[in-house]
Amino acid sequence: MERIVLPEIPNLDDIEVYLSNGGFEAAKKAFSQSPDDIIDQVKKSGLRGRGGAAFLTGLKWSFMPKTTDKPKYLCINGDESEPGSFKDRQIFEYNPFQLIEGAIITCYAIGAQTAYLYIRGEYHKWIKLMQKAIDTAYARGFLGEKMKSTFGIDFYCNLYIHKGAGAYICGEESSLMNSIEGLRGYPRVKPPFPAQRGLWGCPTTINNVETITNVPPIILKGWEWFSKIGAPKHPGTLLYGVSGHVNKPGVYELPTGILLTDLIYNYAGGIIGNKKIKCVIPGGTSMPPLRGDQIEGVRMDAESLKAAGSAIGTAGVIVMDEDTDLLKVLLRIAHFYHHESCGQCTPCREGTGWMEKILQRIADGNGTSKDLDLLISVANNIEGNTICALGDAAAWPVKFMIQRFRDEFEKYVKKEIKIPVQNKVHSMRFTKFPLS
Amino acid sequence: MSFKFTEENLKRIEEARKKYPTSLAAVMPAIYIAQEQNGYITNEVMEEIANVLGISKVDVLSVVTFYTMFHTKPVGKYHIQVCTNVSCMLRGAYEIWDLIKNKLGIDHMEVTPDGKFSLEEVECMGACGYAPMIAINEDYYENLTKEKVEEILNSLSKE
Repeated sequence: MERIVLPEIPNLDDIEVYLSNGGFEAAKKAFSQSPDDIIDQVKKSGLRGRGGAAFLTGLKWSFMPKTTDKPKYLCINGDESEPGSFKDRQIFEYNPFQLIEGAIITCYAIGAQTAYLYIRGEYHKWIKLMQKAIDTAYARGFLGEKMKSTFGIDFYCNLYIHKGAGAYICGEESSLMNSIEGLRGYPRVKPPFPAQRGLWGCPTTINNVETITNVPPIILKGWEWFSKIGAPKHPGTLLYGVSGHVNKPGVYELPTGILLTDLIYNYAGGIIGNKKIKCVIPGGTSMPPLRGDQIEGVRMDAESLKAAGSAIGTAGVIVMDEDTDLLKVLLRIAHFYHHESCGQCTPCREGTGWMEKILQRIADGNGTSKDLDLLISVANNIEGNTICALGDAAAWPVKFMIQRFRDEFEKYVKKEIKIPVQNKVHSMRFTKFPLS
Repeated sequence: MSFKFTEENLKRIEEARKKYPTSLAAVMPAIYIAQEQNGYITNEVMEEIANVLGISKVDVLSVVTFYTMFHTKPVGKYHIQVCTNVSCMLRGAYEIWDLIKNKLGIDHMEVTPDGKFSLEEVECMGACGYAPMIAINEDYYENLTKEKVEEILNSLSKE
């Protein structure tokens, strides 16, 4: 099986090895064509973003204005803070030059002269590795002004690393731009979209690290070749990150559209202790979880997962066995989104806190059936009512986990709770729970 | 207590400044450099960053208080970060969290009296397939067991 993003070639992080395996040939080929041709090929290849939304990459690039007196920018999103995903670090570590090559081809296609690679702050090791690769690329004339003589073209671009500082929200594209600009990582209202007004008000394209790394092979081997791999509507390979109760957790590069059960049982070695699966989150904690008894026949691509009632997200698959306490899991997820909500929009800022508190109340043994409905109602009121997708990401796991595992959650709650009110005066100050 | 950047660090900030079209954008790299030099970010540090970059102090403050990796209080020589998010939790992260907590006698964002260790419960660190994990300062320790954690803590205590 062919691997596109992480080929099975040892020491590919050494530029000599990369060059002897066709490194920067795609860039040479790209520079002999017009930027529009490149965009056209990426469009036809059907490449879709690997950061969560699975938007068509070529289409995104085509939104960049052709004529503008402002500089254009490329942002490469390596924030990778979605719980369950740990794929981009493999690229930084094992195939950094293909990412750099993808970046320069993309810059050429969209007409950007500066690209920022945003890497999460905790990835100290991978930032160092990536910086080393970028320094090498500069020294060898694959980045910076030297590109002009290396490739014999009238174009060059710079690539800089911007180090994040521990904010999940900065993986959201407009928040990422604010973070690069030196502001708090608050998402921006869209429209205007980044292609019109992005970094410093200039046209900007934001792509995921894995998306950009897919570009050189598409240019070199042709879009027809790429479009035939995996699922027709979501072609190529994905870096599936499997974690949780499996025997062999890790990142597996496989075509899109493979069976979820195949991924879990054949590649990730099955469940520890041969237990049954209770729950699978197929694309990082933001995506709706699936019941273990409903994953038969589910395929791992954007369309199939949508039909199955979830989404591909970052392809970070979290597997939970039959003994998992789903209340604990959901409480931990709710805590995460409460912690990471940036605080701009009221529904998300307050709602994530409420959901965590209600779940905590249930965990303390003081929950009623009504609380489960209340949770769904809170989640519904967050969803779609916020500037960015963090609101949805916080609402989905709560809403779908409770809806799909209602039987499970009913075990944790009572029909009703009698609240002893010692004071004759009904003061909310002394009651832990709202009076019905 | 006043704070001044070292000559070398001033040069590093100047280098970072060149990557961006505005001075404000260099604020995050500058805060990192300041934190490296001073250990944590105080009012004086923020004032110095603002002076060096020619931006207002509130711009620095707003960024420092937004991101969890910027510390406004001292952390230990070894800052231990334990991920307890779902993937790690499923593989026993809370057992490791409790173990470290009990062994060091400190809780979330506390420092041992000798200033050697501090502890932080962190959100997903991107090591889900190698769970459970902890990070000590900049280094990841993955695929942990309680025994391995004990070993790491013991070897650090001896130093």
